[in-house]
Amino acid sequence: MLNIEHLSKTFNPNTVNEKQALLDVNLHMDPGDFITVIGGNGAGKSTLLNSVAGVFPIDKGSIVIDGKDISKMPEHKRAKYIGRVFQDPMLGTAAGMMIEENLAIASRRGKTPGLAWALKDEERAVFKEKLQELDLGLENRLTARVGLLSGGQRQALTLLMATLKRPKLLLLDEHTAALDPKTAEKVLGLTKTVIEKNNLTTLMITHNMRDALRFGNRLIMMDAGRIVVDVNADEKAKLTIKDLLDLFEKAAGNALDNDRMLLG
Amino acid sequence: MSMMNLLLPTVSQGLLWSMLALGVYLTFRVLDIADLTVEGTFPLGAAVAATCLVKGGNPVTAVLLAALAGALAGAITGFLHTKLKIPALLAGILTMIALYSVNLRIMGKANVSLLNMKTAFTYMHNFGLSNSMSVFVVGLIATVVFGVAIYWFFGTEIGAAIRATGFNPQMIRAQGVDTNITIILGLVMSNGLVAVSGAFIGQSNGFADVGMGVGTIVIGLASVIIGEVLFGTRSFKNSLVSVVLGSVVYRIVIAVVLQMGMPPNDLKLFTAVLVAIALSLPLIKAQFQVRKVTR
Repeated sequence: MLNIEHLSKTFNPNTVNEKQALLDVNLHMDPGDFITVIGGNGAGKSTLLNSVAGVFPIDKGSIVIDGKDISKMPEHKRAKYIGRVFQDPMLGTAAGMMIEENLAIASRRGKTPGLAWALKDEERAVFKEKLQELDLGLENRLTARVGLLSGGQRQALTLLMATLKRPKLLLLDEHTAALDPKTAEKVLGLTKTVIEKNNLTTLMITHNMRDALRFGNRLIMMDAGRIVVDVNADEKAKLTIKDLLDLFEKAAGNALDNDRMLLG
Repeated sequence: MSMMNLLLPTVSQGLLWSMLALGVYLTFRVLDIADLTVEGTFPLGAAVAATCLVKGGNPVTAVLLAALAGALAGAITGFLHTKLKIPALLAGILTMIALYSVNLRIMGKANVSLLNMKTAFTYMHNFGLSNSMSVFVVGLIATVVFGVAIYWFFGTEIGAAIRATGFNPQMIRAQGVDTNITIILGLVMSNGLVAVSGAFIGQSNGFADVGMGVGTIVIGLASVIIGEVLFGTRSFKNSLVSVVLGSVVYRIVIAVVLQMGMPPNDLKLFTAVLVAIALSLPLIKAQFQVRKVTR
């Protein structure tokens, strides 16, 4: 479904701030793969996701989704294939617009907007039903402005928006990191449900090792712009957090120095 | 003249200026851009309409041509900002300055008189309307037509995409919309409206002048803010109505302070101070609340 070959990206080349964010990354995902991505700060996790999403041009390599080379496609054109949820709950929705307006935009993801009505009456019933599945009481607040929702509600809504029109690839960039533990757990539960229900091919970055082991059928670990560990479903099921740390030390040649990850 | 005799012409002026206010609303509030192009597109609208009328064109053609010229100016600012990555404020200033020369070229001089010309307002005399009544009727029709058109457009998919661009460009790009195009479209509509306002004000004043754009951005902002504070922002429709009413209230405020003896030369200073206070209100309010809590 997703095929990344020899992907490299350097930020601020030929300056003192030069940062090699990705170095010859190769990744192949089968349809329905749910990969969790872990790694320390600056390991290249977000750069990998943003490269796939087209936030910036890549230096080298190719990115192919479902047989289509999207390496040179601008961000907005890739949206046809990709659903995204960001770390910051503010980024996934338009705060000043109503819940139903946000959903209407999302249900037309990848379609060039025209002069048809932005929101049709018959869509409201569908939105209501989908919001009911979130179990957050949003189904009765279709005309509320999204800015009035809590961070958790906004992330749940963004998740719904990213999957309302089935994406070929779902990108989750630490989408529960900004939430309190209880809300994070709820949003992760919703994430799992929606991925399984729609059999979505998913890349999920997390800073929480426990979550990385609990979710998905494959785990990759990144360090210094490279994928240093790649574990399949069978091996993953047997792993403990301790094993994961050992694996990392062996692969990267140094101990993981990220407290945030250890505490997770 | 008594206050009551002034009311109808004042309201009429407010309606003619309301299209400027709607244009400024589209950039300042919807797109979240302070677009200074309007200082050039307002006289551009007047210049195009006046030149067209002098050459024998009819008032409808004159206003439509003005709208087209304004839209083009907006497109240029949009191009400078989105494609050439010039900051929005500077892009607007560049187009505004360039328009000064363009306006002189269109008119061939600094000022075109419309004395004894057929304008949108003299046209209304055919229906037996008085001078002041015809300004009111034309203002009302134009405001309703453009207001309804804006309301319709922003109910469509493109309109929703433009609104979302103002709130969160990253979100709407992730939904597959090219934000360069939505920003350009917003600037095109905004400056088209501002030029229409300029075309009407020129006809109402009886002349187009190359200097008539000075301070229009501040007048537009004052109308938007007054309207929002007095009449609310509950929905997009509510906001549009508020902005139009804000433009009318602004004209009434100006008429009142002039009647009270403020020299007309101080008008722009007065408006600028008004807008500065209104824009800083949220901060002052917040400071006030902090003090209350700490006490």
